[in-house]
Formats: sequence, structure tokens, C-alpha cells
Amino acid sequence: MAGVRLEGVRKTFGKVVALREISLTVEDGEFFVLLGPSGCGKTTLLRCIAGLERVDRGRIFIGNREVTGLPPRRRNIAMVFQSYAVFPHMKVYDNIAFGLRMRRVPEAEVRRRVERAAGMLQLEGLLDRYPAQLSGGQRQRVAVARALVMQPEVLLMDEPLSNLDALLRLHARAELKRLHQETGMTIIYVTHDQVEAMSLGDRIAVMREGEIVQVDAPMRIYEAPATVFVGGFIGNPPMNFLQGVVEDGEGGPVFHLEGHRIPLSLAGEVSSGQQLLLGIRAEHIRVNDESHPGALPAEVLVVEPLGAQLLITARIGTQTLKLSLPPGHPVAPGQLLWLSFPAEAIRWMDARSGRAIPASAPGSS
Amino acid sequence: MKGRSWVGDVLWYAGAIALALWVLAPIYLIGLLAFSPRMAVYRWPRPLLPLELSVETMRFFVTATGTLAATWNSIVVALFTMILSLILGAPAGYALARFFFPGREAVRMGILMTRMFPMAILSIPLAVTFIRMGLYDTPWAVALVHTAMALPFVILITASVFTAIPRDLEEAAMTLGCSPLSAFLRISLPLALPGLAAAALFTFVISWNEVFAAAILTLRQRTLPALVITVLNESPLYFRFAGGFFMVAPALVILLIIRRYLFHLWGVSGR
Ligand SMILES: Nc1ncnc2c1ncn2[C@@H]1O[C@H](COP(=O)(O)OP(=O)(O)O)[C@@H](O)[C@H]1O
Ligand SMILES: [Mg+2]
Repeated sequence: MAGVRLEGVRKTFGKVVALREISLTVEDGEFFVLLGPSGCGKTTLLRCIAGLERVDRGRIFIGNREVTGLPPRRRNIAMVFQSYAVFPHMKVYDNIAFGLRMRRVPEAEVRRRVERAAGMLQLEGLLDRYPAQLSGGQRQRVAVARALVMQPEVLLMDEPLSNLDALLRLHARAELKRLHQETGMTIIYVTHDQVEAMSLGDRIAVMREGEIVQVDAPMRIYEAPATVFVGGFIGNPPMNFLQGVVEDGEGGPVFHLEGHRIPLSLAGEVSSGQQLLLGIRAEHIRVNDESHPGALPAEVLVVEPLGAQLLITARIGTQTLKLSLPPGHPVAPGQLLWLSFPAEAIRWMDARSGRAIPASAPGSS
Repeated sequence: MKGRSWVGDVLWYAGAIALALWVLAPIYLIGLLAFSPRMAVYRWPRPLLPLELSVETMRFFVTATGTLAATWNSIVVALFTMILSLILGAPAGYALARFFFPGREAVRMGILMTRMFPMAILSIPLAVTFIRMGLYDTPWAVALVHTAMALPFVILITASVFTAIPRDLEEAAMTLGCSPLSAFLRISLPLALPGLAAAALFTFVISWNEVFAAAILTLRQRTLPALVITVLNESPLYFRFAGGFFMVAPALVILLIIRRYLFHLWGVSGR
């Protein structure tokens, strides 16, 4: 097993720049997720690592070995394709055995390893079938088993769950996590589903338009998004962003939001008149039914009972935001709620650049 | 509503039956007379049911001078055409299916446009060229021309066959230890085999039926259609029926086998 390192990788298709300048380090044994909207270059990045695309510029290392110019078969990787790419003219057994036979592993050893991989993925009863006789979920497991038997240094997966129905996806997701814990393999996993990314990843790289916007542990990405894009892409509901402007107050600059003043706790420089966004997650907003000092009044627009919580859409001045209440909390559209935003839960963003402004370290202000 | 769909059904079936009769009736009559006693063709009214069967007419045709030699020539020409078309056409089809290169659509169009040159205009220069090369009046000359005629079809059929095989499969094989060539040989080729076989049989039929080039480029080494067409006018009627049936039978059998794959061809060229 080994880590993966990318240095300044660039890839274009004609005029389309698929990858701008990607540098990245994946640790040995890590479950690393590439997350981003469709078309942002995730698949292209994975294919560059696999050797299925030739990079325009930059270098790729697996372990300490540079693999930039090597064909896929010399990289010691295995890949699970989004379409699964199970060979239709071979039985399940021969599909899983294919790579080992290419390596001229003795047939007895092939049998042992195929059976072990089939066992791990609950394919024992299906080894004699052709792929056409399998369900989508079974085909997906064949594709994973076929990659696993190779004991690759790095396992690459391109949206392996996206073609499964919702229930099966939930199950398969947990299975993949178990598989990673059992094998300790380095996995690079592509998805556009933020829930999948959060639940599987040791670390997540959020991509946008051929660039990596943020690399962090899932909770860091969730709590402290580096940009407005990340905050809006991760989490359901997405992070709230309320726009306002910096004003000079008696004790330093304050944030002026729809006629209300909120203290700023920032390490970075802000100047009077600068447009800022106050970013906050729905569940971090403190809600009161009655007015109290420092709280902002918000009118309830929509109430959506989601079982575990009530999802509220509310309005402060002209801006809407989402917040959550415990189920059964009496609330109705038109009602006023009093909101306060705990300083430690606020993520300040520059409205123009869309980038986060570092908060002052707790206790330093 | 119900009434209208009933009328529609009747019209649909009536049309289908009329079309089928249009095609099948001549084949049936040819077959019938080919297996009737010689004198049946002169009888009036003609018998329309196979009451009186006989292989006498067919035997006369098959044992006539030149028939067996011409059949052998036809088979040689068709086989050689088939092999050569596939060797040249399948890689071109693969390239059209798998690779993006500048002018790809132009190549695709150009391949079809080669079919626009009428054989009649090409035949004299071709005959002259083949005489110079010493190939005139040999099966090889005919096979070369037939290959040129069949190539557009072979390229388009194989392109559609390879397009239908996902590129992912070869890529997966490459991540599992294959070189591009071995990925092709182990994955795409076996999956393409039925389609390639169809293309091969189709080529065989094109060559087997082709008469114009074969008649011009041969004198003594006639292929079957060339022989039949040259002796037709001097032969008795029953001889013509036997010859017609002998020609049409293999083509019919082969076309029945491959009709499924013809739809692929139209699917591609219609785009
Ligand atoms: N083979 C290709 N030829 C041309 N453009 C491509 C090719 N592959 C990908 N692209 C383009 O590169 C960009 C990134 O694509 P991709 O990596 O597939 O995105 P993702 O997997 O994140 O959805 C897209 O704009 C896509 O259109
Ligand atoms: Mg993709």
C-alpha cells in the first residue's frame, strides 16, 4: 500500500480545461474523497491517477515511485468504474480472476483469492453466473471484488454507488466503509454526493471547475468551509449566508445586517463599507419565541416537518434563511422568532471573493 | 377509437402482406420452376403448387459446362473479398469508433461517397490496369474490385459494432494488467465477434451477387453471375430458372442469418 502525491497536474481537452493545477497528497491507508458538482473534473483526476489520461503538465507519484508516464498496468492501481465495466462475456468468477491471470498467478492461488474476495462481497453463490444475470447491486460488488483481488497499492472508485437505488446505496455505503476498515487500503473515491463524502471520507477534497477548493476532514469542511461555494455545497440544508456591510462602531467594526448590528470577531482585516457574508449552519442558530437583547426578529415563511426535526424557512428583512427546531415545537407561518448567532458558530466570508475570513482565535479578543 | 385501430390493423397487415408477396412471389416461382420437370415451364396454365417435383432441371444446370468451375471461382472470389475487406475494414471501423481525430466525420462521409462512382465508368480503366498488372481474367482482380465495393459497408458495420462496445471495458482491462492490444484481443474482439461475422457474411453476399465488374474483368475465369448472365440469352428457359435459383439461395440464407445486424448499419449511416 502507498500514498499518492500529485504535483501541479494540469489536463485539458482541446479548449476545455478539465484540471487547472492540482496538487494533492493522499496518505497511505486513507479513505480520500474527491467531491464536487458534475463536470468539475473528478473523473478526469481519477483517470489521470489511473493512467487512462495523459496529463499535460505536472507529476504523479504512487508511494515514492513516479508514475506520470507509466501505462495503467504498471501503476499497481485498481479501479471501479461508474458503469462497473464488468466483462459481459465472462462469468463472475472469470471477471474477478481476470487481473490475477494477467499477472500469471498460479491457478490454485487465483482460486483462493477469488473465493476470499467473493466472500468479502457476498458473491459466493453467483460465481457461475454471467453479468447479464445479475442485479445492479451485484454487478457493482463484482466490480469491487475484481479490483480488490489485485491487492493494489491504491484503489480508485468513480461514483460506484450512483447507479444503485437509494436503499441499496445506504447499505453499500456501509459495506464500503467496513471493507476499508478491514483492508486498510488507500482508497480515492469520487462522488458528487456530499452525504456519501461526509460518511465515508477520512478527508475530503472539494473540487470546482478543475480546481481543489478545500481539503479537510469532513467535520472541518462542514463547520469551517473555506468558501461560500463549499458552505453551500456541503450539508443539507446548505449553510445560510446573510449579506451585510461593515460599519465602524464604538468598540471597533460591527456587521450591519438588515438594520441590526452584530459584533465582528475577526482575525483578518476588514474595512468600513466592506460587504461581508455571515455564514451559519441551520442547527447552530439559537431560536427564542420571545424577544431578548441582541436577538434578531425573523418571520416564519415555511414549516417542514422532517421527522427528526422541523426545518423552518424564515425571513430577516429581505433575506431568507433555514433553521431547525425540535419536532413538536409550536410554530406557524407568519409567526416571529428571535434568532441569535453564537460567535463561535459564525463563518465570515468576504462577499466579493467568496472566501472565508479567519475568525479570531477563541479567548484572544 | 376501437374501430379505427381495427381498420388500422387491417391496413397494416394488408400492406405488409402485399410487400411480402412482392418480394417472395418471384423467389417462390423461381424455386418452383427450378424443381419442376423441364417441360413444366412451357405448360399453360402454369402450375402454382409444387405438385410435380423433379431435380432434373437443377441437375442439368449444375452439370452444364462451366457451372462448377464458375461456382468455385465465385466462392474463391467471395472468400477472398471477405477476408480482405475485414482485414482492411475492421481496423478502420475500430478507429472510427474509438479515436477522435481531426476530420473524422469527413472520413466517414468520404467512405460513403466512394459508393457514388458508377462501376460503368470505372470498369474500362480498371480492366486496362488489371491487364497491365497481369491480373486480368483472374479471381483476384474480381476480388479486389469487390473488396473496394464492400469496404464502405464493412467499415460502417464494424464501426457500429465497436461503438456498441463500451470503451470502459477495455480501460478496465488495462487497469487489470492488459496492454491496449491485449485489452482489444481479450475484451473487444470476443464481444465484437457476432457483429464481425455478420459483416463478413454480408460481404460474401455482396461479392456473390455482383455481376457487372465480374463480367467485365473476366473472360474464361467467370464467376457464377458472370457466367449466368453471358449464357442466359442462349439458354432454354428452364436453364435460366435453375440458374436463378442456384444464385439466390445462398444469398437468401445468409441474409436471413444477418438481418438483425443490418439495422445497426442503418442506425449509423442514418445519423
Ligand atoms: N474525453 C473528453 N473529451 C472532452 N472533454 C472531456 C473529456 N472528458 C471530460 N471532459 C470535460 O472535462 C470536464 C470534467 O469532466 P469530468 O472529469 O468527467 O467531470 P466529473 O467527473 O466531475 O463530472 C467536463 O467539462 C467534461 O466535459
Ligand atoms: Mg464523473
